[in-house]
Amino acid sequence: MTGNEAVAAGVKLSNVKVIAAYPITPQTTIVEKLAEMVANGELNSKFIEVESEHSAMSAVTASEMTGVRSFTASSSHGLLYMHEALHWAAGMRLPLVMTVVNRAIGPPWSIWGEHTDSFNQKDTGWLQMYCETNQEAMDSILLGYKIAENNKLLLPVMNMLDAFTLSHTSEPVEVRSHSTAADYLGELELESKMDFNNPAGYGSIVPPDGPFMEMKKDMRDSMYNATNAIKKEITTFNDLFNAELPGLTENFMMEDADYALITLGAISSTAKYTIRKLRERGQKVGLIRLYFYRPFPGEEIVKAVKGLKGLGVVERNLSFGQRGPTFEDVATAIYGRVDVPMRNYVVGLGGRDVRVKDYELMFENLVEGNNEIEWVNVGAK
Amino acid sequence: MPLTIPREEYMEQGHTACAGCGAALSMRYMLKAAGPKTALAIPACCWSVVPGEFPATNLKVPLLYTPFAAAGAAISGLREGLDAQGKEDYNVFAFAGDGGTADIGLQGLSAAMERGHNVIYIMYDNEAYMNTGIQRSGSTPYGAWTTTTPVGMKRDFKKQNKKFVADLMIAQNVPYVATATIGYPEDLERKISIAKSIKGPKFIQILSPCPPGWYHNSADTVKISRLAVESKVFPLYEFKNGKFSLFKPSKTARLTDYLSLQGRFAHLKEDEIKVIEESVNERWSYLLKKEQS
Amino acid sequence: MPFLPITYASTSTKILSSWRTSKPVIDYTKCTRCAICWKFCPDVAIDLVVDSSLKSPNEKFSSLEAPSIDYDHCKGCGICETECPFGAIEMVREEE
Ligand SMILES: Cc1ncc(C[n+]2csc(CCOP(=O)(O)OP(=O)(O)O)c2C)c(N)n1
Ligand code: SF4
Ligand code: SF4
Ligand code: SF4
Ligand SMILES: [Mg+2]
Repeated sequence: MTGNEAVAAGVKLSNVKVIAAYPITPQTTIVEKLAEMVANGELNSKFIEVESEHSAMSAVTASEMTGVRSFTASSSHGLLYMHEALHWAAGMRLPLVMTVVNRAIGPPWSIWGEHTDSFNQKDTGWLQMYCETNQEAMDSILLGYKIAENNKLLLPVMNMLDAFTLSHTSEPVEVRSHSTAADYLGELELESKMDFNNPAGYGSIVPPDGPFMEMKKDMRDSMYNATNAIKKEITTFNDLFNAELPGLTENFMMEDADYALITLGAISSTAKYTIRKLRERGQKVGLIRLYFYRPFPGEEIVKAVKGLKGLGVVERNLSFGQRGPTFEDVATAIYGRVDVPMRNYVVGLGGRDVRVKDYELMFENLVEGNNEIEWVNVGAK
Repeated sequence: MPLTIPREEYMEQGHTACAGCGAALSMRYMLKAAGPKTALAIPACCWSVVPGEFPATNLKVPLLYTPFAAAGAAISGLREGLDAQGKEDYNVFAFAGDGGTADIGLQGLSAAMERGHNVIYIMYDNEAYMNTGIQRSGSTPYGAWTTTTPVGMKRDFKKQNKKFVADLMIAQNVPYVATATIGYPEDLERKISIAKSIKGPKFIQILSPCPPGWYHNSADTVKISRLAVESKVFPLYEFKNGKFSLFKPSKTARLTDYLSLQGRFAHLKEDEIKVIEESVNERWSYLLKKEQS
Repeated sequence: MPFLPITYASTSTKILSSWRTSKPVIDYTKCTRCAICWKFCPDVAIDLVVDSSLKSPNEKFSSLEAPSIDYDHCKGCGICETECPFGAIEMVREEE
């Protein structure tokens, strides 16, 4: 099953009632698959063939507001086009789930993988999860709805998978049992849904002395406080479906590691392969993979990096005029708590390969490199 | 005396529209005809503020606020969400300004109509971006002063003709399209009721005079609305199941009767009024021909 | 439950009389109870009431519903004065 097929299967398992989506490479096959499922009667959902991503997000925001589980998916420029509407969905506290197939942003045009699109959305109030495998891509949809619809949270969830490496590549995926999934999620019961007997304004203007800041604080508190619930939910999910989702993060060979990298998404697999190899050579190296990026798993990172001699933050996206956002977030999380020399590696932009030798180089650099941000597999080397 | 429009009010007092607001009347009449089983979407516009500040709302129907460009998409989502729950008998309305309809929201409107959702899109047309302080929109008529078409030494008032969104909707063959204005509440009620009775997408453009934006006396809102029709500046027409019909007012007014009550046209010279006159006449004969064909 | 941006309370408790510079006053001896003023008020500030103590042009009208201005919500736009076909409403300057 390709990543995109796994996503569609996850949507079907989640008994989604309204889908609105607009095609963009490499997300397109998700939309096509879902349209096909609806056409076949395999999935009993309304399908709105919107004319843009801004409309896709606005339509599912509205349908979710009426109290039905809704879904959309996008990529790259499409995701950026949604930006305003993403804030709207989160601000209305709607438990939507969307899949983002991570793709680069032009110009110049590139349809290949990198994480800049979803990193540009990390401050919109959506939870963010980065998948490493197609199995995770499917499971994260179900888990995503379960978490989002928690009455204490009520925030939307964005699931990421890398362009092509996951979206269009076949891997063995176990499709979860439909009846178990149906029991697990149940019907959406949104207390705040549009109520015709008790009509309200949804999103009315709030003056500066009104509770605008309080609402934003509540969103932030809710997301922060969700970490325990998420961890518990993952354990339940793993038990119920015999699944292998990591926690907020996955620690790989970290027990006695001296040097470690932090990665997100599909490029983590090559990193793990490299680490196994280096371990065979006696090097004490490890990996922390961030499954969740929002809420940011700061506590997990603090615990994992204690005692390290060097930590490299691998970044498949870019911030101009500053180090990468993952580096910034990790540095903030461990500031004043753990003292570890940190480096930042920019990799894999525009679909550039991140190879075993690149990871080897990163580990080498961690041991003896300078403090500058390092570009990996770039230019004449 | 029997009332000529429904008695029930779904718009409460205490809203924050300016005194004499035509758009407030549009909402009042629309909801009277729509009734309580109505979900409403309102994008950024005067009416995203008029219902009142947190924690209040002055409408007795659920109202979803949306981004500026999102009215068309939002009503699509509301419709499909309600239908997915078997609530096909609830109305779904958009209530959007001319900017949110003719300009930034045109794509979303056109697409929603093309997809054919069972929705009613109301454009309250005050012929400029009023919420942000009177900037020109695609729906601002030729000759009008706005803050972005100011009348300086170069006489830089709006030089382009009004974009008639209702015409665009007819071109798209939307099952029911109508223009209306608040000076004729019974006619407006009737059009909303027809729209409710037709399954599929519907579009109604309601001319809604705006005292601060048009620089007219707040007492003249309703009068100006009627003068717009009587002078043929804003023709009332309906397009239903492919048939176009044009309302011919029994009482006629001169163009200058309409223009002279509004400060936004005060700068116009005779030859400039002539330009307006010609385009009004041209449009009227175009609409007459449309009716005959 | 999270702190939701949802508003339920009515706006009708808001008093808007300070918006006015002049107020409509009905001369009931001219008022035929046609309800046109009620119809055209953008602020829903004209109620229709049955009140036999109100004056009327003649007996015939006294049992009909008569307009009554809600001065808490009238913004003084003057539409009712313009639209009254019988000249029964006059805008009167508010005292400073
Ligand atoms: C994306 C976006 N751009 C700009 C604005 C600012 N804005 C809010 S309302 C408005 C004008 C609305 O004009 P119209 O639709 O005609 O409604 P009116 O205010 O005249 O009632 C503008 C430009 C916004 N809210 N969102
Ligand atoms: S600016 Fe015009 S449309 Fe807006 S509230 Fe005031 S009168 Fe109404
Ligand atoms: S419009 Fe004039 S005559 Fe008619 S009810 Fe009102 S005040 Fe009376
Ligand atoms: S002056 Fe305006 S607001 Fe007051 S009652 Fe008359 S129409 Fe209504
Ligand atoms: Mg406008």
